[in-house]
Amino acid sequence: MRMQKLAAPYIIWMAVFTIAPLLLVAFYAFSAYDAAGNLYFTLQGFRSIFSTESTVALDFLGLSSIWHVDLQVPIYINVFAKSLSLALVSTLICLVAGYPAAYILAQRSKAKKGSSFLLFLFVLPMWMNALLRTYAWLALLEPNGIINSFIGIFGLGPVQFLYNDFGIGLGMVYNYLPFMVLPIHSVLLKIDRSVVEAAEDLGANKKQTFLKVIFPLSLPGIFSGINMVFMPAMTTFLIPDLLGGGRYLLIGNAIERQFMVSRDYTVGSALSILLLVFVLASMRVLTKYEEDNAGGGVLG
Amino acid sequence: MFNSLKKSPSIKSQDAANGKKGQLADSTGSSHIIELIDICKSYGDTKVLDDITFYIRNNEFITLLGPSGCGKTTTLRILAGFEQPDSGSVTFEDNDLLVVPPYLRKVNTVFQRYALFPHLDVKDNIAFGLKLQKLPASEIASRVDQALKMVDLKGYENRWVDQLSGGQMQRIAIARAIVNKPQVLLLDEPLGALDLKMRKEMQIELKQMQQSLGITFVYVTHDQEEALTMSDTIIVMKQGRIQQIGTPTDIYNEPRNAFVADFIGESNILPGRMTQDFEVDFCGHSFVCVDPRFEQEEVDVVIRPEDIQIVSSEGKALRGVVSSIVFKGVHYEMNVDTDNFSFMVHSTDPVDPGTTVGLHFDPDEIHVMAKSDFSPDRILTISDHENDEISHEEVTW
Amino acid sequence: MKKLLKNGYMFLIFAFLYAPVVVLIIFSFNDAKSRAVWGGFTLDWYRKLFQNSDILSALRVTLIIALLSALISTFVAAITCLGLQSMKRRLRGVIMQVTYIPNVSPDLVTGISLMLLFFFIGLKTGFPTLLMAHIAFNIPYAILSISPKFKQLDKNIYEAALDLGCKPHQAIIKVILPEIMPGIVTALILTFTLSIDDFVISYFTAGNQISTLAITIYSMARKSVNPQINALSALMFVTVLILLIIVNIRSGKDSKVKVGTRGGDK
Repeated sequence: MRMQKLAAPYIIWMAVFTIAPLLLVAFYAFSAYDAAGNLYFTLQGFRSIFSTESTVALDFLGLSSIWHVDLQVPIYINVFAKSLSLALVSTLICLVAGYPAAYILAQRSKAKKGSSFLLFLFVLPMWMNALLRTYAWLALLEPNGIINSFIGIFGLGPVQFLYNDFGIGLGMVYNYLPFMVLPIHSVLLKIDRSVVEAAEDLGANKKQTFLKVIFPLSLPGIFSGINMVFMPAMTTFLIPDLLGGGRYLLIGNAIERQFMVSRDYTVGSALSILLLVFVLASMRVLTKYEEDNAGGGVLG
Repeated sequence: MFNSLKKSPSIKSQDAANGKKGQLADSTGSSHIIELIDICKSYGDTKVLDDITFYIRNNEFITLLGPSGCGKTTTLRILAGFEQPDSGSVTFEDNDLLVVPPYLRKVNTVFQRYALFPHLDVKDNIAFGLKLQKLPASEIASRVDQALKMVDLKGYENRWVDQLSGGQMQRIAIARAIVNKPQVLLLDEPLGALDLKMRKEMQIELKQMQQSLGITFVYVTHDQEEALTMSDTIIVMKQGRIQQIGTPTDIYNEPRNAFVADFIGESNILPGRMTQDFEVDFCGHSFVCVDPRFEQEEVDVVIRPEDIQIVSSEGKALRGVVSSIVFKGVHYEMNVDTDNFSFMVHSTDPVDPGTTVGLHFDPDEIHVMAKSDFSPDRILTISDHENDEISHEEVTW
Repeated sequence: MKKLLKNGYMFLIFAFLYAPVVVLIIFSFNDAKSRAVWGGFTLDWYRKLFQNSDILSALRVTLIIALLSALISTFVAAITCLGLQSMKRRLRGVIMQVTYIPNVSPDLVTGISLMLLFFFIGLKTGFPTLLMAHIAFNIPYAILSISPKFKQLDKNIYEAALDLGCKPHQAIIKVILPEIMPGIVTALILTFTLSIDDFVISYFTAGNQISTLAITIYSMARKSVNPQINALSALMFVTVLILLIIVNIRSGKDSKVKVGTRGGDK
């Protein structure tokens, strides 16, 4: 009995609903409709993205506001740079805040032998949809929200948390922190106790053991954590949309608007292709690092 | 007595082997429940069965014996219907078996790893086949009961499969198969996962079961001792070819080539030369033997370690020095180095290492075989071609 | 001291993770329209929620889509896994690679690419496109839930069933299906949950005529402060939470059974 045939419907489905749609994005990036409704080949989409007709000061990692470097670039390039800088900073914050959490969780899990309820609690928000999680922050951060009411008691504020880099960054860190913690936690959990004991036996103190043994061994987890935080942070449209109050443009909601507001599929697709290529390329690089480190580092 | 082994053994060779001992007079074919003729099978470029031809007599315990990758399991799977040969024919009571799907064959299989259904309890596992036959519940119950009694596991009806030990699972797997009253039971290394003691017990039980059921057992194993203990007929296979078919005594006493000699029990295999009938030269001496001349002068000589007697060195042609001695429980295993060859000798009387001794063997204990691919001086060339690991992982189903 | 530091740190992290959700749920019972000032306990917002016809129709759409997409994608996944089993390893590898694509590419891109597909073939966005989109993103998860069960499966049991007299389709129903059942149930719950939970892909493929709960929350949230959103979010949060706990307990149980088996062996 040959059962391969049973997979055939799915293979067709996959061709139509996984491969074809992605090819269509590439296709629409290079085509547009003329007045008669016929498709024609065009580079208009990419041209308008890289158009230098209207330019703004590049804002990458505070280049224009903090260091007062005035570099004029096309608007979309700036949106891209701004998305990239926010994604990078959020990823960094997730790493710095998440590593200790992962470390403590791993210690707890090891002591308890097996999965801990604490870990489950930690992972849970990851499964909640970003819309609800992001919406929840609105109530907290509003000018007349809870936090401002609270600090108002001490005569402070109101502080503008929303509609700026802080609000968006906070939204990103909040949404993606578990994505950083989880892979680091699982790598830390796998580190053989005897490796740590060997380091101590050979005369390393706690700090040296961490820096020379544990941290290098946890690098694969860090890389995959970075991967899992950076990608959604770079492509989100919900967070800038909700926490940016409609005034804040990142690459994600820029694309969303091209499709849902301006209905310019050509520019939208061109932007999507650029974003996808960028994201997949950076993922590839990170995965490569991850593999290299996994190959050289973790025993067994 | 033996002519040189042809590349493709045929039914004739089996008749010769069996007929010689006079155990099987009948050769009309009516008592042959299964016949395989010229079966070939390849996986990709690997030939796993090369011209396999043999028959299975009614109510015999026949064993396919060989190292892993010799094609024994594939042969069994062809009988069960899980594999189709590339060419050749298989008949069951003179009807073509290859066109019958596995679920209609009157054979049942005991799988190597039991393959019990984990979602069913012991009772339902055994009743599985009977329920498919839509037998009345009362009959199913009594036959399940009987089968459990047979495998000595009464009272285990409602246990779950994962609550059983390996040996118990094995018994249930056997019960599940025999409850259907198959005409032929196929057993694929059924004792492979058990420990030594359990294996010995089960060997005896299986043999008794076969006799009391009065059905044909086709047994696959790589354990030569198991094969010798249980079988009526042994088929020794290697690299997809049949090397020898015969009774356990035949195979042990008259191995047809160096591979069989080496695989079945321990043996001293040494190159010899035969220039006339009933005389063979090896180790620089001439010995009287019971075999007539072969076509070629070059031959292999097999002497079993227990057939060699250690005697005083005085006056003996073959002398050597005991180089090592190991106690093996019942006997001592000694190595005796002569000028040309190091003999392995089994004896109940220990001799101190360093002692010079004489070696003696009777003419009928010298087995002379024609040279084959497996002769010691050619052994390297075959292991080059060896392709033992044929994975059954990619089973198509 | 060190322990205190650690516990304090974990407390802060968990407060950060859960505070917004807890606040949201608390304020869904707030008898004042403000999102900051407590005006007493009320169930008004829930009552209003269940009288809001927009929300009720969105709820219906959400549930129907979730149920249908869970059933269809699990069914397709089970059939597919069965087929993949008897496939050459390399081909199976390629198919699994492509299956992972929707999981690794950003939701945004998956959403717009499906929208472009429907636009290109001239399908007006609405219930059918929404359903197809949900099936599309659910199938990979269903396959990932079911295929490990096939890996654990002893392939000989299928042959054993044939050997004992099952026809091939009987063997699948009587032997294979019971073995992979835990995977199928997990797949059903997981895909149902993911479908309810999805916003981004629905947003691009639902069109103007119909709306899921998530889309409704999104458009309400952009417009004005409305504590009904809190109530709705709280309900969705609790629903998804319960479903996830079930999935987790199930997968936990599965692994426990195996551990127990090994323990019982001695």
